[in-house]
Amino acid sequence: MSKLPSKTSVKWLFKMAWRDGKASISRLMLFMASIILGIAAVVSIQLFSDNLKQNIKNQSKALMGADFIIDSRQLPTKKVQAIIDSLNVAASEVNFVSMAAFPKNDGTKLVKVRAIEGNFPFYGTLDTEPVNAASIYQELGGALVDATLMLQFNIKPGDSIKLGKQTFPIIGALKSIPGSTAFSSSVAPTVLIPFRFVDDTELLQLGSRKEYQYFFIAPPTMDLDLLDKKIDPVLDDENADLDTHTSTSERLGRRYDNVSRFLNLAAFIALLLGCVGIASSVHIYIKEKLQNVAVLKCLGATRKQTFLIYLLQVVGIGLIGGVLGAVIGIGLQYAFPYILQGFLPFDVQIAITVQPLIIGITLGVLMSVLFALLPLLGTWYVSPLEVLRGTDENLVKPRKARLFTFAAILLFVFLFSFWLLKDAIFGLVFTVGILITFSIMAGIASLFMKAIKKYFPSNWGFTKRQSLLNLFRPNNQTMVLILAIGLGTFLISTLYFTKDILLAKTSIENNKDNANIILMDVQNTQKEAVINTVLPKGLEIIDNIPIVTMRLHQIKDQLVNDIRKDTASTMNQWILNHEFRVTYRKSLLASEEILEGNWSSAVEEGKPILISISDNIARDAALEIGDQLIFNVQGVLMETIIGSIRKVDWGRMQLNFSVVFPTGVLENAPQFNVLTTYVSDEASSADLQRDLVKKFPNISVLDLRQVYTLIEDILNKISWIINFMAFFSILTGIIVLIGSVRNSKYQRIKESVLLRTLGAKSKQILQITALEYIYLGMLGSLVGILLSLISSQLLAVFLFKEPFIPSVVPFLVFLPGITMLVLLIGLSNIRSVLKSPPLEVLRREV
Amino acid sequence: MTKILKIHELEKTYTSGSKKLTVLSNISFEVEKGSIFSIVGPSGSGKTTLLGLCAGLDNPSAGSIELCGSNLENLNEDERAQLRNKEVGFIFQNFQLLPTLTALENVIVPLELQGERNAAKVGMELLQKVGLADRFHHYPSQLSGGEQQRVALARAFSNKPSILFADEPTGNLDEETGEKVIQLLFQLNKEAGTTLIIITHDLDLANRTQQILRLKGGKIMSNEKTIAG
Repeated sequence: MSKLPSKTSVKWLFKMAWRDGKASISRLMLFMASIILGIAAVVSIQLFSDNLKQNIKNQSKALMGADFIIDSRQLPTKKVQAIIDSLNVAASEVNFVSMAAFPKNDGTKLVKVRAIEGNFPFYGTLDTEPVNAASIYQELGGALVDATLMLQFNIKPGDSIKLGKQTFPIIGALKSIPGSTAFSSSVAPTVLIPFRFVDDTELLQLGSRKEYQYFFIAPPTMDLDLLDKKIDPVLDDENADLDTHTSTSERLGRRYDNVSRFLNLAAFIALLLGCVGIASSVHIYIKEKLQNVAVLKCLGATRKQTFLIYLLQVVGIGLIGGVLGAVIGIGLQYAFPYILQGFLPFDVQIAITVQPLIIGITLGVLMSVLFALLPLLGTWYVSPLEVLRGTDENLVKPRKARLFTFAAILLFVFLFSFWLLKDAIFGLVFTVGILITFSIMAGIASLFMKAIKKYFPSNWGFTKRQSLLNLFRPNNQTMVLILAIGLGTFLISTLYFTKDILLAKTSIENNKDNANIILMDVQNTQKEAVINTVLPKGLEIIDNIPIVTMRLHQIKDQLVNDIRKDTASTMNQWILNHEFRVTYRKSLLASEEILEGNWSSAVEEGKPILISISDNIARDAALEIGDQLIFNVQGVLMETIIGSIRKVDWGRMQLNFSVVFPTGVLENAPQFNVLTTYVSDEASSADLQRDLVKKFPNISVLDLRQVYTLIEDILNKISWIINFMAFFSILTGIIVLIGSVRNSKYQRIKESVLLRTLGAKSKQILQITALEYIYLGMLGSLVGILLSLISSQLLAVFLFKEPFIPSVVPFLVFLPGITMLVLLIGLSNIRSVLKSPPLEVLRREV
Repeated sequence: MTKILKIHELEKTYTSGSKKLTVLSNISFEVEKGSIFSIVGPSGSGKTTLLGLCAGLDNPSAGSIELCGSNLENLNEDERAQLRNKEVGFIFQNFQLLPTLTALENVIVPLELQGERNAAKVGMELLQKVGLADRFHHYPSQLSGGEQQRVALARAFSNKPSILFADEPTGNLDEETGEKVIQLLFQLNKEAGTTLIIITHDLDLANRTQQILRLKGGKIMSNEKTIAG
């Protein structure tokens, strides 16, 4: 038998795919819409991630303001000073947190003071209002104050700001400074002053958390990586650090990578939801085409040819959907800089890169083909005899081919999530999670249908019975609709519950036992006077915590300096470089729990000092009970033995310590104190802060309620981004929903018309349809919400480590809201039946 | 005379669960090239099954079929499809036009499958012959039943088949339209010299063919030449 000329055959296949597709364009458009949305989400985020990386790379110098920085939390040692001098320092600063007072209106606020010497920044700009303030504040000996802070306190250039003992004229409002994000500056807004006035403020006292930074401009020939390798270890030994603009931008890039990955996953979920739509649309589409396939086979078309005709259509739709999705994605990414503004320390310049576009288009084609493959295989197995018989038998379901397709889909989901997350385990967890979610929903849908069949309420009225029957009739869409509605609701509710958990974590119990004002850096000599300022206002001192700063000198039998040099050491670097703020007390706090060993409340004479460490230090430094630690307490070496290991609930808004000494050891060491109190309202807080700042300018007052408000703001902003991504999933869900409803339109219309012909009133037809969609909407959204309870509980236990108390909002808002949406889409389907005579409808629709 | 179709001891059984259902048994007959042959019998007698087997649309449980010199047993699914494309034409009771293609596109599908370059020209000529010159670009849903069957006729002859199977070609048409379609079918068949096998309930129509095969309960009751034969 002679074979067809291949070129002609391929041409004919394209021609047939086009002719057939053209006539079914409205059906295929819905299929395409699912792809477009998913791809738009993926491409926009991919492009944005690329832009972010590129921007961080391009703006690395402007982000730092210099080529490299040496920083230290203490005045540089001789060795460090020698290095700084040899590298030709261009500018320097010391920064610390302090209270600022505005004499104009008695306002006070915790601020970050950056005292600068030299013309920092050397790259990027100080954006000020008026513009020339940046260049004249040094000369005029004034301050540049964070623009938002000035707005809050109604301060104008020309007013003054008091920092410690020194009052500065405000030269201008500081709108941006290299390396600072809106978030970091909203906890403690930045105030820039000339370095020469630091001593006059008298703010730098014992225990003050300060940081010295030295800014350098590298000669063009300097190899920064080499410099980093050579000098950084030396600086580390002296508790200083070197950061180059490249290493800093890489670190920053990694941080934003996590955000990008999360967004990418959200986009991918939207795409997967779209795939449910693809599978469902193609399933019904192909089912209707099987008769055509049989005719073609009768006319001599081979199995391969008929299969390829529809495969070509799917590829074409995937391709067009991918391209359109990519184009929309390009447009959408312009929205991201606005949404993420608060997170980014720089302006993002949008550029179009090719890779995400290629990914988008490839994804569009791949996803379409993979998810359409199962129904498409039906064309392969259809017998030409169907034409003669005129039967409407169910599709042949070849077991092997189905298994192969499922495996290919799962493999694809895994590979794509692995590529996104760069971690095989996470990719696997994500894939399995998706699989479980889909399986549970499909299982519930199938159980639901079986349950209705088994316990069918035959005594119900006609309309109610008919609407139930519709749920499990042949070619029903129950499974697909429950999947689409369920998955959409699941995503929205999980996002909602997650936000709830995060907010609950930061909420404060408003009672007198929980402090909401923290007074930091209270010197020993000031303690009595501070207490005497607080008590007369009717306030109580809740905590009075002494703090001694120290560093680790030796861990077990190894000097910390030796561990640093040991390249084989796996010890976490922070342990070696950290300045520990240690307290001493007799008992455990409510937020602490002994995991191992015994708590030692006081040191016994002649016995070793038994300290308690937190479990994270024990883990990071591989320490056990009985191990020796030698601390350097401001020049004095102190030998200690680990007596107990504690679990600390760091999530609580209170002062927690990783190292706690017993009493009787540190009482005479140089120390400062933290006092806490509770104020009932904002006015009392402001009054207390005003008094304290006036009398004790060095003390910083942290009003926890302001921090909570800030955290809430941040969470709201994050949830905005999450909602933005959820929007794609929901929109895709709606399209899948419309698609699924439309797929069964012909059948429903035929049935409704028949009922109409037999004398059914509009009200009865409306009731049947409405009830059916109410069942579907309610079941789908209920399954989604219940599943989200499980996922949120898992997130609460394993990720946030917080108790989860579900809110009723999803049940009160999402459940009826989504059910209503499903109902509306469903009813729009039978509008024509209700409005027109039966025959007209049949002629038009069939 | 050359035999275009040879059926030898054909049997077809279906298994439903543990039950075995014999639809056709011990069927043997031959059809001469260029003749008009009819198969008649009551509903459920196995007519359509027999037609499907003759055209290679299904596999027999036993026996052999030789169509246009090829033993169907020796051909795989795709080879049988190509044989149909080259040698066989079909006309169905319910027309079976592809609803997404226009009349012309429907007619030329078999030619395009053969890679024929002048398919459109041939298709137009055929549509003119069946009196649908003004309906080239109409979709099946825009045509009446009679017009649809005429398009099906044009399609059936488009690949110049050696043998044409017609399954109750007038079953879905009124008497008058049905008669017109049959006249057209006979006329086109005569012009093309095709072998025609018609399945019908209509004994008058069967009597206009050269040979009648009567089926009942899956068995041959008679196989006789008619006066026309």
